[in-house]
Amino acid sequence: MSDERPKRAAGLSAGAGCPVPLSDYPHVLLAHGGGGKLTQRLIEQLLVPSFDNPALRELHDGAVLDIGGTKIAFSTDSFVVKPLFFPGGDIGSLAVHGTVNDLAMCGARPLALSAALILEEGLPMEDLRRIVASMRSAAAVCGVPIVTGDTKVVDRGKGDGVFVNVTGVGEVPAGITISPARAAPGDVVLVSGEIAVHGIAIMSVREGLRFETELVSDTAPLHGLVEALLSVAGDAVHVLRDPTRGGVASALNEIAVQAKVGIRLVEREIPVDEAVRGACEILGLDALYVANEGKLLALVAPEAADQALAALRGHPLGAKAARIGDVVAARPGKVTMRSRVGGERIVDLLTGEQLPRIC
Amino acid sequence: MRFVDEYRDEAAVAKLVAAVRSRVTRPWTLMEICGGQTHTLIRFGIDEMLPSKVTMVHGPGCPVCVTPLEMIDRALAIARRPEVIFTSFGDMLRVPGSTTDLLSVKATGGDVRIVYSPLDALEIARRSAGKEVVFFAVGFETTAPANAMAVWQAKKAGIGNFSLLASHVLVPPAMEAILASPASRVQGFLAAGHVCTVMGYREYEPIAERYRIPVIVTGFEPLDLLEGVRMALEALEEGRAGVENQYRRSVTRDGNLPAQELLARVFEPCDRAWRGIGVIPRSGLRLRPEFTPHDAERKFDVGAITAVEPEICIAGEILQGLKKPHACEAFGTLCTPERPLGAPMVSSEGACAAYFNAGRGR
Repeated sequence: MSDERPKRAAGLSAGAGCPVPLSDYPHVLLAHGGGGKLTQRLIEQLLVPSFDNPALRELHDGAVLDIGGTKIAFSTDSFVVKPLFFPGGDIGSLAVHGTVNDLAMCGARPLALSAALILEEGLPMEDLRRIVASMRSAAAVCGVPIVTGDTKVVDRGKGDGVFVNVTGVGEVPAGITISPARAAPGDVVLVSGEIAVHGIAIMSVREGLRFETELVSDTAPLHGLVEALLSVAGDAVHVLRDPTRGGVASALNEIAVQAKVGIRLVEREIPVDEAVRGACEILGLDALYVANEGKLLALVAPEAADQALAALRGHPLGAKAARIGDVVAARPGKVTMRSRVGGERIVDLLTGEQLPRIC
Repeated sequence: MRFVDEYRDEAAVAKLVAAVRSRVTRPWTLMEICGGQTHTLIRFGIDEMLPSKVTMVHGPGCPVCVTPLEMIDRALAIARRPEVIFTSFGDMLRVPGSTTDLLSVKATGGDVRIVYSPLDALEIARRSAGKEVVFFAVGFETTAPANAMAVWQAKKAGIGNFSLLASHVLVPPAMEAILASPASRVQGFLAAGHVCTVMGYREYEPIAERYRIPVIVTGFEPLDLLEGVRMALEALEEGRAGVENQYRRSVTRDGNLPAQELLARVFEPCDRAWRGIGVIPRSGLRLRPEFTPHDAERKFDVGAITAVEPEICIAGEILQGLKKPHACEAFGTLCTPERPLGAPMVSSEGACAAYFNAGRGR
């Protein structure tokens, strides 16, 4: 390589410069969908101001609308996962669970779903049959009917086999108000089980990585777990969130910002499966930012924390639930963590994504 | 998890921190060479557990950070070509060139792919007749052997559509450049354990001798780093110079001889520009002439590239350990991981990003 800056002697230059800043990206990048800062900016700077209204401003997993005195939760989610079939699930079950979970995170009992399929020309009909069958059985297990839908086909090469959108409505029981804004100092942060399983399972198949134990996605509907939690802790449950793309760290950062509180985590208490930890170590990933599809975070008033944890652990999907931190008044908007060896650091939102396009 | 948890034991860490405290009588400045070590120090909060007399400064060991701007512009120009599948480790994709980055090239139609090994890129080449597959070979002695292997296999198997855009750099010349600078404050080094796993540590012995400093070959786990710090401070307090090996479970004095042999067969030393630092003589590796058909720099004529770096950020001073990231005016304000002004803010191993993401100095 030629020397373009001959005047700089080895080791002597100080203050050598850097490139011109890259300001706003003129094109959409994958990172805009990664759940990190670019996603947040897209939502805050383009979408919220454009559609602005009180229900949207809550920035919850779904909107909660008062319809004739009944609180109705309304949520939508699109799925663009690759590969379409992965250990533990497929795009169909993932889509049904995803929207059921978004409703559950509003404290709602899911009532009905819609399914929209965008199909790529050339998709094997057999794959489509499998996906639809999987959606049907996932909806049946959830006890929620798919009541309406839509199909479109795009040219070959213009889609990744199939994209799925599932929208749902649910009813929020009286006396339950779940909202990120309710996080308050003193609240206890619970997680319903081992984190980062889905993201690593997807990555292991997509990138052809082999581990000693096959990792299976944790995709699961969480409304039953939420019901168990609410039945013992009720209104003491302040916030629910399923930490999908962007993982636990991104979900908690969003809550900290919205509620203007600090969140302090204890790394040692955060449950991570050994195989997942191993994969994260090898790949240089932080499990806190890896996607989950069958886990929830609950911020619960301190007096109800023990019961809430017991309720989660008493449910098959919450057996490994743990108390991983607390909400504090200090450093509002920030998530901090006591490291495994006793040091402290901030757990920030990531700028881009750790993994390209999980869901 | 075995072989990890042992090195993150809180009680053992507390004991070593106490040992470090009891050894220190005056201020010392140590440089951790490798970005991975900086990352561990910050991620586990070890920097804040050390006594205030001990200053840790970040070294030039972040390959993403030191790859010169003109090389990144060259990569961008090659990646834009319609016949090219451009492959790279994930970290390089967000590094800003003069006007854009690889992620943006991908967004506008370039075929840019993340791979986990250069051998995966070679496999893509094998399966992609009619396409040119280029692997962006950045990094130190740690990553160079696998890249050498990919080229060596490509030549052997006659895979003509595979080439390397090589921007390899070497640790010892950079250490010498830092020590030779009158502004340098570095009194001891924690050498990078992974680099030494490949290269051994014989080549550090004359440097430690010439500059009368301790060089401790150090691993990447919390206990490794603390032990490396303790060994360096003991040597400094006792006035000893020389190379010591903390990372004995991985590093021998001679290193990995077959890997070194492969490196010598495929690459040869060359002068190399380091981003933010300048040209350091014989501090890089380039492909030997017999591998020219696999040299992307020669294969793709992208015209003359002159990259001008405006004098905004202080990456050069940070990469030489002259300043800490939060001493920069732009740190966390004009320059963030989202809008990096300089490469150290891009990679998670970059000093500025490591400090920023952990909330240091904010």
